[in-house]
Amino acid sequence: MTENQEIQFPEHLLKEVGRIISQFPEGKQKSALIRVLHIAQAHFGYLSTPVMDYVARLLHILPIEVYEVATFYSMYDTQPVGRVKLEVCRTGPCMIEGAETIVSYIEKKLGIKDGETTSDGIFTLKTVECLGACGYAPMLQAGEKFHEHLTEEKVDQLIEMYRNKPVANYMGLENNG
Amino acid sequence: MARKLLLEHAQVEGIHTYDVYRKNGGYKAVEKALKSMSPEDVVEEVKKSGLRGRGGAGFPTGMKWSFIAKPEGVPRHLLCNADESEPGTFKDRYLMEKIPHLLIEGMIVSSYALGCNSSYIYIRGEYMYVLQILERAIAEAYANGWLGKNIQGSGYDLDLHVSPGAGAYICGEETALIESLEGKRGNPRMKPPFPAVQGLWARPTVVNNVETIAAVVPIVNEGGDSYAAIGVGKSTGTKLISASGNINKPGVYEIELGVSVEEFIYSDQYCGGMKNGKRIKACVPGGSSVPILPHYLITKTAAGESRLMTYESLADGGFASGSMLGSGGFIVYDEDQCIVRNTWNFSRFYHHESCGQCSPCREGTGWMEKVLHRLEYGHGKMEDIDLLWDIQRQIEGNTICPLGDAAAWPVAAAIRHFREEFEWHVNEPKRCLETNYGLVKEKTFESVNA
Ligand SMILES: Cc1cc2nc3c(=O)[nH]c(=O)nc-3n(C[C@H](O)[C@H](O)[C@H](O)COP(=O)(O)O)c2cc1C
Ligand code: SF4
Ligand code: FES
Repeated sequence: MTENQEIQFPEHLLKEVGRIISQFPEGKQKSALIRVLHIAQAHFGYLSTPVMDYVARLLHILPIEVYEVATFYSMYDTQPVGRVKLEVCRTGPCMIEGAETIVSYIEKKLGIKDGETTSDGIFTLKTVECLGACGYAPMLQAGEKFHEHLTEEKVDQLIEMYRNKPVANYMGLENNG
Repeated sequence: MARKLLLEHAQVEGIHTYDVYRKNGGYKAVEKALKSMSPEDVVEEVKKSGLRGRGGAGFPTGMKWSFIAKPEGVPRHLLCNADESEPGTFKDRYLMEKIPHLLIEGMIVSSYALGCNSSYIYIRGEYMYVLQILERAIAEAYANGWLGKNIQGSGYDLDLHVSPGAGAYICGEETALIESLEGKRGNPRMKPPFPAVQGLWARPTVVNNVETIAAVVPIVNEGGDSYAAIGVGKSTGTKLISASGNINKPGVYEIELGVSVEEFIYSDQYCGGMKNGKRIKACVPGGSSVPILPHYLITKTAAGESRLMTYESLADGGFASGSMLGSGGFIVYDEDQCIVRNTWNFSRFYHHESCGQCSPCREGTGWMEKVLHRLEYGHGKMEDIDLLWDIQRQIEGNTICPLGDAAAWPVAAAIRHFREEFEWHVNEPKRCLETNYGLVKEKTFESVNA
């Protein structure tokens, strides 16, 4: 992915990008940016500068307009991350139901700290703010899937499952990164 | 038995599909509105219903709709706010996941009322799988003639699309949402101009919460008066409450506004009481931004009256002894929870989510987080408590958008009601790391002095 010419969506994703652009009025294609960046991240693994430049070309906007957005929103990674991001909610309602214990358990089990990636490049652990699942706490999100009512056994199972299985990132699109 | 207007069919097998939704009375409101009502009639029914915005601020929806500018030849837009990121709130996800067609039906009727031909649902990026559910449902609605050109032969056209965010609480603020939908960073705009005059692409725009828009369906079906007959005073109709924390049955409940807080927490129909037989210590009744209430002000007001789940009753006593209904994110804390820790946790959230445009918010939230961290980890001084009070006061009211206030209020309320617990953290730095303070002593509130 170092060579610029390798950065190219396959046909079906170009079609998806076209569908998204068509949802906005003529000349307002920039509105598609946030969603197209989700697709780019799911497909390329993370938003490298060449990937962002490619998205800028696709949408006929300036690269800086893409960088600004990519660095503002917390879901975007502008640096490489693991194939599976385990995003554990750390906010109040989850905290009082044991989120901190879950985070330490994952840290110990995978030998990484919050924000780090395992040396085999499979898992990244990230604590995040409220994901809208407070009543089913503690919880984590992996790709687009919510895993709720976490226990240590459940975490063990999840890690085993994702070790061998791709994670669905954008509407079922698998991370190839 | 409490009436359910939104979640009545939520448990019906397959209700997320068009056929099942239609068989259960779905899309009747669209039929009724397009066949027998003018857009003004729909606005009138919504006004009569007394419906207030369910996103947090509680502004009357009918009045908001009547403010939309209608310059000749300029398209208008209705945007549904499905950003749902206020800690403690998860009702919109539940509604969209279970009954996506209810939101779509509400969007059609509301767009018709406002004269919009192109509307969007802005959904937080973390809800990508819900976006997928919505898009499937929207495709079904197009296929059955409820969206697109000349809906059901009425001559009314509407396109509806869903667009995601990518992780930013601030995008729930309506002008930040508009910026985000334009493909930009979510920096709130200065008002005026208000979105009703210049919103999305500088066109007149209305932003409404998911639940607000869904509520328009029963209002059109049964009439505004019938909706207004439910509830107490200016709190009409039903409300979705997201219940979380140390209770037996966390989850999403549809209540008739006016049910007592006591019943909501302790009856088996709702939260089912405290988990593990613990005592209740505190409650944040409307999402992380609203003032926290100590145990003795939850089910009763300072005046000793029964507290109700209404906008007015939850706010009774002002900031001195009341709180707010807010988004309906109802968080319950038992006696084992630490208020300082929870306040620090929320401050970290607001610091993390500040867009950074205004210095009182950007600097103040970071400073509060630091001071609270110090107190929680036993390194705090007595002056820190007053310092916190000063910082929150300097944020409140001095920022572009209400996130600043939202960050300040929880800190102010925590100090107001739990000061002795903060002092204990300073005086007993070691013990505060091992045990918890427990319940606070009751105070009396002779006058309302916020
Ligand atoms: C920081 C901040 C976050 C907000 N988040 C949301 C949200 O996630 N969902 C929502 O409906 N309203 C949210 N609001 C309120 C919106 O600005 C707006 O008032 C609301 O969407 C209007 O809809 P309603 O009148 O139907 O409630 C937020 C406001 C602020 C200041
Ligand atoms: S108050 Fe905070 S979040 Fe709102 S505009 Fe100012 S800096 Fe941004
Ligand atoms: S606090 Fe964790 S999902 Fe809301």
